[in-house]
Amino acid sequence: MPWTRDDMAARAAKELKDGYYVNLGIGIPTLVANHVPEGIEVTLQSENGMLGIGPFPFEGDEDADLINAGKQTISELPSSSYFSSADSFAMIRGGHIDLTVLGAMEIAENGDIANWMIPGKMIKGMGGAMDLVAGVKKIIVVMEHTSKNGDPKFIPACTLPLTGKNVVDMIITDMCVFQRPDHDSPFKLIELAPGVTAEDVAAKTTAHYIA
Amino acid sequence: MQKIYPDAASALEGLLFDGMQICAGGFGLSGIPERLIDAIRDAGTKDLTIASNNAGIDGEGLGKLLRTRQVKKMISSYVGENKEFERQYLAGELEVEFCPQGTLAERCRAGGAGIPGFYTKTGVGTQVAEGKEHKDFDGQTYILERGIYADLCIIKGWKADKAGNLIFRKTARNFNQPMATAGKICVAEVEEIVETGSLDPDCIHLPGVYVKRLICGAPYDKKIEFRTVRERTAA
Repeated sequence: MPWTRDDMAARAAKELKDGYYVNLGIGIPTLVANHVPEGIEVTLQSENGMLGIGPFPFEGDEDADLINAGKQTISELPSSSYFSSADSFAMIRGGHIDLTVLGAMEIAENGDIANWMIPGKMIKGMGGAMDLVAGVKKIIVVMEHTSKNGDPKFIPACTLPLTGKNVVDMIITDMCVFQRPDHDSPFKLIELAPGVTAEDVAAKTTAHYIA
Repeated sequence: MQKIYPDAASALEGLLFDGMQICAGGFGLSGIPERLIDAIRDAGTKDLTIASNNAGIDGEGLGKLLRTRQVKKMISSYVGENKEFERQYLAGELEVEFCPQGTLAERCRAGGAGIPGFYTKTGVGTQVAEGKEHKDFDGQTYILERGIYADLCIIKGWKADKAGNLIFRKTARNFNQPMATAGKICVAEVEEIVETGSLDPDCIHLPGVYVKRLICGAPYDKKIEFRTVRERTAA
């Protein structure tokens, strides 16, 4: 049985290490916060200017001045701090954030990522994604293995405009996990979801990888 | 020098002209200078180029200036959640320069700090890098991005003293701090103007040198874009 969205988030959470500063994207990546392993302390960064994101507020405690990058209301922790967008991206671009988890529309076998626009359709913009993939130490992509039409998303070369070139370190899909040790190496299939075989993965992947 | 003005319209007097460039603080609907945006709408100033992370949503924030067709060009990182924006953009009526969020923040910080350009690795190998100077430093490729220095900066703060020293509240600080510096003159609106000396000088987020004109915009009815809560459950 392939992994659910929550399973994928839980798998990504296994990559967290004690003391990490982490930026989570919108969608499945946000769920990673629910699976932080016990005994590990992780600080979540929100690119609109906060370190130490707390859980959603209790009903009635929502504050319009306290939102995450997805514009959802959140709460603060005793360890939280606030800063400007310029400071926020200085810490992202400057390599001070350990890990980011984001979604993608396409990943290429060389680690390129496309997740910000589909030409001819509505273009929403890249937000902070280009800064994150350029500056954060480790980039994990969490995405469905295929598109809604069943087309592979891990492909030889991206067809959509890129968000970053040769930046992805790990790909977690509903079927499996791919990883590479550095940006000069190919991706390797390192894990399968329960009931999924290596042949199943091969049938739905056009990118070249080490099986 | 008297920095306090009675309302947004008087605070903007003599500063608005057609074709001008404006930096507007805020992230989503958090920390947007809504009184000043309303006053620009009422003034009818046209052909504006606005640097702002977002373009508001329909009928809120900068969405108000889109509705009245006062905007010629937006410099933004994310413009989703705005139907009128989408319509004008797809119809070719509105020009958009997409700028990565961190690059936009740094372009304002740099512009306000007298730095006309800087190199960044953000966007290398993407559409954002097209036509820009590339340069290698220590084996890594960077692109040249230009600082932004606008005709006018409009920002929203929490409290300011009469000398213009200003503090923000929580994540409403966002782009307001760098954008306050990135232009010829900054007009700030705040929720409360307090006596000079009542804010701790060690805790000022924006020194008064940047705030040339100031209004109290209260009362505010702050909008929330996505209300997310958890239930109070007994353990």
